[in-house]
Amino acid sequence: MINPPATVRDASFLHEVISETPGGERIVHCMQCGSCAGSCPNGPDMDHTPRVLFALIAAGQRKKVLSSNTMWCCVSCYACTSRCPQNIPVTDIMYALKRISLREGMANTTDAPALAQTFTGLLDRYGRSFEFGLASRYYLFNKPLSMLRMGPLGLRMFTRGRMSLRPSKIRQLDQLQAIIEKARQLGGTA
Amino acid sequence: MKYAYYPGCSLEYNALAYDVSVRKVADLLGFTLEEIDDWNCCGATEYFSQDELTAASVIARNLALVEPDVDQLVAPCAACYCNLIKVDRLMTNHPATGEKINEALAAGNLHYQPGRVRIRHILDMIYEDVGEAAIRQKVVRPLTGLKVAPYYGCQVVRPITADNTEYPTRMDELFTWLGAEVIDYPAKTHCCGGHMTQISELQAFELIRRLLHSAVSRGANVILCACPMCQLNLDAYQGRVATHFKTNLRVPILYFTQVLGLALGIDAPSLGFGKEIVSAEPVLEATLGTTLLQSAPS
Ligand code: SF4
Ligand code: SF4
Repeated sequence: MINPPATVRDASFLHEVISETPGGERIVHCMQCGSCAGSCPNGPDMDHTPRVLFALIAAGQRKKVLSSNTMWCCVSCYACTSRCPQNIPVTDIMYALKRISLREGMANTTDAPALAQTFTGLLDRYGRSFEFGLASRYYLFNKPLSMLRMGPLGLRMFTRGRMSLRPSKIRQLDQLQAIIEKARQLGGTA
Repeated sequence: MKYAYYPGCSLEYNALAYDVSVRKVADLLGFTLEEIDDWNCCGATEYFSQDELTAASVIARNLALVEPDVDQLVAPCAACYCNLIKVDRLMTNHPATGEKINEALAAGNLHYQPGRVRIRHILDMIYEDVGEAAIRQKVVRPLTGLKVAPYYGCQVVRPITADNTEYPTRMDELFTWLGAEVIDYPAKTHCCGGHMTQISELQAFELIRRLLHSAVSRGANVILCACPMCQLNLDAYQGRVATHFKTNLRVPILYFTQVLGLALGIDAPSLGFGKEIVSAEPVLEATLGTTLLQSAPS
């Protein structure tokens, strides 16, 4: 059993985050040094830096954390994880927070969730990612105006053979889909 | 030596130049790359953001598909490499999770024994398994005059690497062996913005500008990548970044295996040159020879 810091009023959110993250127990050792925040390429655009976010988690501020854009600004560069002096898997905690906020319907501050969902939808369907499909669906539904600016670039990628208009599919789609279905049944949390 | 080869989705189209150059270079260096039959997408960062067990199971399917007589896997894409190794470690360090993943795999009649396959990035494979002496010996077209800025980015060196995480040098060393002038610059492990180019452009543009500037202001005339996402962001968005910041930055972004292939004497057109948006032709011809990219494909 993990003992939350003495200052914590409501530890249930802390435990929720821990149980969602492999190796997440380490989070209680956060000493607020700020190495993660200082290393983060997207820190300036976050509602709260990773350091602040961890203080909020310890303080049980569930709603503030889950509705923030912080984890959705995370691009998994692992700079925080490799620098954290307390070996806290910061990037994996960001992943965990993304999952919880999606489940709770609180992920609506950026377009990142839409991109993620479009991406995995295509993966489930074809077994491979499909850049043209991703770009067209994602931009069409989320940023129709950007499509105009992306057009010329898409064309240049296409003429250089760097983009296909048709998805490539794996042969044993049934097998992959059976695995996905089983994994979903077993529960989203590993 | 035989390796299972996991190209990953980017290498099918967007990073085709990486795929063809990896295959050519491996061939010349005497490695057999056996493409994993019917491999599937690794889910990039997107699947882990939604459902961890499914993300891990989708990745593990690829490990389970590695032929039993092969015990090493090589991946050129940084994100694929990172995901594959992440899942292998997850299954090893958290056996209960490993069992759940295998339960999911069993629905597709597959099984993966954690730790069975050693997962490597192509840079490590070349650096460790060929090494300095053999590479120096194989150089037929020294890269004299080429000022290369090796760009490691994120997931090749974080969170797991045999190189130095903060200050990796393997690509630097490799290109020294090839006769290039290697540019040391502080941004070599900075993030390229990843998928932020699609979500919040301006945020990504600033990261790209800093990176390009860091390398070019120290004299680089080409930037070398080991990741399709890095190459895409720095190459395809370079024009818009230059316009946005009103600079005249212009530097070709190539895969390190393309330029390595040139040094090893591989015919240039078969290494995927010409697929980059910012053409490398002027720089390569000025430094390495005027008809380099026109020679007939082998
Ligand atoms: S680097 Fe680690 S210990 Fe320091 S603030 Fe971030 S998570 Fe906490
Ligand atoms: S992994 Fe995410 S939170 Fe950590 S430094 Fe990179 S972008 Fe920031």
